[in-house]
Formats: sequence, structure tokens, C-alpha cells
Amino acid sequence: MLPRLRKLFLYLIVLLIVVWTIAPFLWLIISSFSYQIDLVSIPLQWIPKRITLDNYQQLFLYKGNFNVNAALFTSSITNSMVIAFTTTLLAIVLGVLAAYALARVKFPGSNYYMIFMMGAQMIPPIAIVIPLYVILRKLGLYDTRWGIILVYQSFVLPLVIWLMQSYFATIPSEIEDAARIDGCNRIQALVRVILPLSGPGLVSVIVFAFIASWNEYLYAFIYSSVDAKTLPVLIGEFSTKLGLEYLKIAAAGVLASLPPIILALIFQKYLIKGLTAGAVKG
Amino acid sequence: MSKTEQPTEIRTKPFRRLFSGEGWFGFMLTTPALVAVLIVVFVPFINSFWLSFQRYDLARPQNDAFIGLGNYIKLLGDPRYLGSLKASATFSLVSVVFEIVLGIGIAMVLNKSFKGQGFVRGLMILPWAMPSVVNAAMWKWIFNADYGALNALVTQLGIVQDYQIWLANPVASMSLLILANVWKETPFTAILVLAALQTVPEDLYESARVDGASAWQQFFLITLPLIAPVVMVVGLLQSIWGFHHPFELAYIVTGGGPYSTTELIPLRVYAQTFRSLRFGYGASIAYLTSLLLLFPALAYIRYSYKKVLEY
Repeated sequence: MLPRLRKLFLYLIVLLIVVWTIAPFLWLIISSFSYQIDLVSIPLQWIPKRITLDNYQQLFLYKGNFNVNAALFTSSITNSMVIAFTTTLLAIVLGVLAAYALARVKFPGSNYYMIFMMGAQMIPPIAIVIPLYVILRKLGLYDTRWGIILVYQSFVLPLVIWLMQSYFATIPSEIEDAARIDGCNRIQALVRVILPLSGPGLVSVIVFAFIASWNEYLYAFIYSSVDAKTLPVLIGEFSTKLGLEYLKIAAAGVLASLPPIILALIFQKYLIKGLTAGAVKG
Repeated sequence: MSKTEQPTEIRTKPFRRLFSGEGWFGFMLTTPALVAVLIVVFVPFINSFWLSFQRYDLARPQNDAFIGLGNYIKLLGDPRYLGSLKASATFSLVSVVFEIVLGIGIAMVLNKSFKGQGFVRGLMILPWAMPSVVNAAMWKWIFNADYGALNALVTQLGIVQDYQIWLANPVASMSLLILANVWKETPFTAILVLAALQTVPEDLYESARVDGASAWQQFFLITLPLIAPVVMVVGLLQSIWGFHHPFELAYIVTGGGPYSTTELIPLRVYAQTFRSLRFGYGASIAYLTSLLLLFPALAYIRYSYKKVLEY
């Protein structure tokens, strides 16, 4: 094949990949800015002649039917935010300490610790959903943010430990030795010397943890009913109950996708490294 | 004190070693996380195991009893369970085949140099980052029988004459569910394969070209063997995830229909447990399925654990 023809062929394939990757999401965005009347016409107009913010406004303003009540929508955003932040914070504190010890010290059982954490990730959520439901009910944590934050540790904590310990392992221990000769103890060395050096690793783990908790559906769906309902659960409800409100669902879907997608695009480079090291479920 | 990372072999009992030097420190730092994971993963998992031997029926508590393998024996003859197992296996395995073939293909293209390469690579993270419930709602809207983009597309292209009710057809429903899953999961595969491709030394290809190897020969004799370990890990992971995680996708897009043909395992467990309130029977479905996935899960852990040891 001629080199120029080859190049053209390559660009065609690249174009195909780009279209395949963005077309469905682009359609969701277009739908969310359209009038219903424009989208029900046959043949369908792919590029709308006019756009509107109605679908977004209604999400925040509509006061009617309970299921689409604006108050429920804003409270679900608050819940999602609080739950994702707190889950991340808790998992980072517990996970970084454990990961640091695993990367630096041998203790009885330390060899099995990682296997144990990986085993935790291989247990199907549906197999622990039932007893956790009973446990949360008994503890009075059903339909509370704390209940969901606690349950989210089941997948966020192993992720944090796994990624952080492989990151710590790449930092030469001579650096801490110097700090410790200067009189730091282990914890001081971790906080003052190692953590500042782990910036990129730490940032990627925080972003992973946040995205994973923000996106989670099954646990939040089962362990919340009103008070702790998260945005994904509400979107699921919109989507199964309100058959006809497609455009409102599209708008809510776009809003729910914004935080993880923006974070992922900003921290792309770090995330791709982490994905390769730790195989993180999206 | 400079060699504390590599403590000398202390020939005492583990208990003594725990309190000697830094063992105690390691133990203290790792315990809180261990306790948390024990409480939210392993205690429920063992509890589930125990439940799976019980008749534990919230709607008929007077019949609750220990029934040994009763639930499991019943499962093996339960057509709806076997149907959901078949649906999950189809969904997971067909998805994995497409994810791997497309993932390798996309990674090979993105590994070439072209204008906008960084941008296109960056796009790959978009489907991965999107909440899975939004993915489900998005595809449900696209597959909509009356106003969906799929119907508009295939009629405008002249592939079919009239709008179809896709989700009323069992084969179409399963295929579209797989499409939605493949769209979301393929970029993840592509990112991992691309990272592996970048480690293949360029001079291998050069010497192969000198020896007159064709592009296909280069792919099958150089590229594929070198990326095989990564493809293996991703394949294992994706097939396990295909069983574990498609709850929201199936629940929202098809609801398990038509005629339960897309009722994947997580949906079946959910229906038995939270709709029919048969907690014991639901637990046995979850457990039997975990058992079936034990070997791929162990294989995955072995593979990744080796990677840790190589550090």
C-alpha cells in the first residue's frame, strides 16, 4: 500500500474509534439540551435547530410528583457528595497507614494481608448484600449516610491499600532512613517525608476512590430509601419509573457524569498509571 | 538502625516476633483497615454461607429451619436459576471476547503516531469514568422503541424498514445489553493493552522486518506473545466483573426481560431476596455463583500477586 493511502486509512480508523467512543454520550448531551417535541419527530434530526435549558431547570425547580421532586434531586446530590468525600477520606487514612506498613515492615501475616485484600475484591457484591442489609438494620444504619460510607469501605479500602503499597514500594527507603537518623519516628517520617513525595500516587488514589464511591449503585440502591438516597439511585428510579421523562433523565445523567469525567480528564495521566497497576473497575 | 526494612531472621515464635521491633508497628498500622474489611466483607460473606443452608423466609418465618444442602439441591433443578446462569455466562463471555478483540485493535491503532494521538487516548477514559447507572439510562434511551437513536439510525441507513421494539426480542435484548457493556468496558481493556504495547521493544519489529516477516506474522509472533499476560489478566477480570457487576445495567435497560432471558445472576439474587424475601435461597444463589467463579478469581489473584512480588 502507498504510504499516503496508509496514512489516510489510519486516520479513518481513528475517526471511527472517536465516533464509537463519544457518539452515545454526545447523544445523551444533545438530548438533555433538546425540546421533547424535536426529538420525537420521524425522521429524527440528529443536530437540533434550537437548544434549551428546560430539562436542567426542571430538575432543580419542579415541585410536583414526589418522585421527581426538586428537593429530592438536590438532596441526592448532597448525599452523593458527602458520601463520596467521607468514604474517600476514611479509606485514605486507614489505607495509607496499612499500605505504608506493608511496603516497609515485615510482620506475622504480612504476606497474606495483600492476598486477603485482593480476595475481598473478588467476592461478588451480591453475596454480601444480604447479611449487610441485616447488619445495617440492626445497627440502625439503614438509610443513613454513615451506613453507606461503611459499606463502601468494602471496595474502596482494598483499592487504596493495593495502589498505595505498590506506590510506596517505588520510593527508596534510604530517604526515610535519613529522616529517622535525624530523629523522626516512623509515623513522622511517613507524614513529613514520604507523603509529600507520594503526591502523584496519592492524588490518583484519591481520584479513584472518589470516582468509585460517586458511581456506585447496587449498595446505595439497597441500603437507602429516602434520607440517604444518592444521585445514581435517583437516576435509576427516574429511569425505571418515569418512562416518559427521557430528557430529564438525560439531564440528570449528564450532571451525574460531570464530576467523575472532569476528574478523570484532569488527572488522566496519573489514572492511567494506576489503572495499569491495579485494574480498577469503572 | 539503617537496615530496619530487612529484619534479620528471628528464629522465634510468631508471637514473640510480633512484639520484637517493628513487627508491632506493622501490626498496629494494618489492623484498623483489616478490621474494617473483615466487618464489611468477610463477616457478611461467612454469614451468607451460613444463611445459604437455612430456609430463612421473611414472608413465612414459621418455616425457618436449617436445611443443609436443601437450597443448593433445589437450585440445581430450578429452571429460573439455570436460565439466569446461562444468561450471565452468555453476557459475560461474549462481552469479554468483544472487549478483548476491540481493545487490542484500538490499542494497536492508538500505539501508532498520528495527529491528536494524546487527545484520542484521553477520550478512552470517558466511558470508564461515567457512572454505570448513567450508562444504563443512556442506552435505554438509545434503544427506545418509539424515539430511540438506534431505530432512527438503522431506518435512516435503510437496514430495517420500520421502527422495531428491540427490547421485546430475547436475542436482540441480550445483544444490546452486551453492546452497552462492551462500549463501557472496552476502553479500560484498550488502556491496559496500550500500556503493555508500549513496553514491546521497537527493535524486535525491526529485526522481524529485516527477516521479511509480514504484518500478521509480526502480530502473532511478537506482539501477541508479549502482551498475552496483560490480556490474560484483563480477560479474567472482565469475565469475573461480567458476573458480579451488571446489576444496574440489566435492571434498568431490560429489567431482566423479555421472559427473563436477560435476568442475570445479580438480578435473580435480588428478586429472590428482596422481592420474594427468601433470604436463604437468595444467599445460596450468590454462593453457588461465587463458587463457580472461584477458579478465575484465584487465577487473577495469583497473577496480580506475582506482580506485587516483582516490585
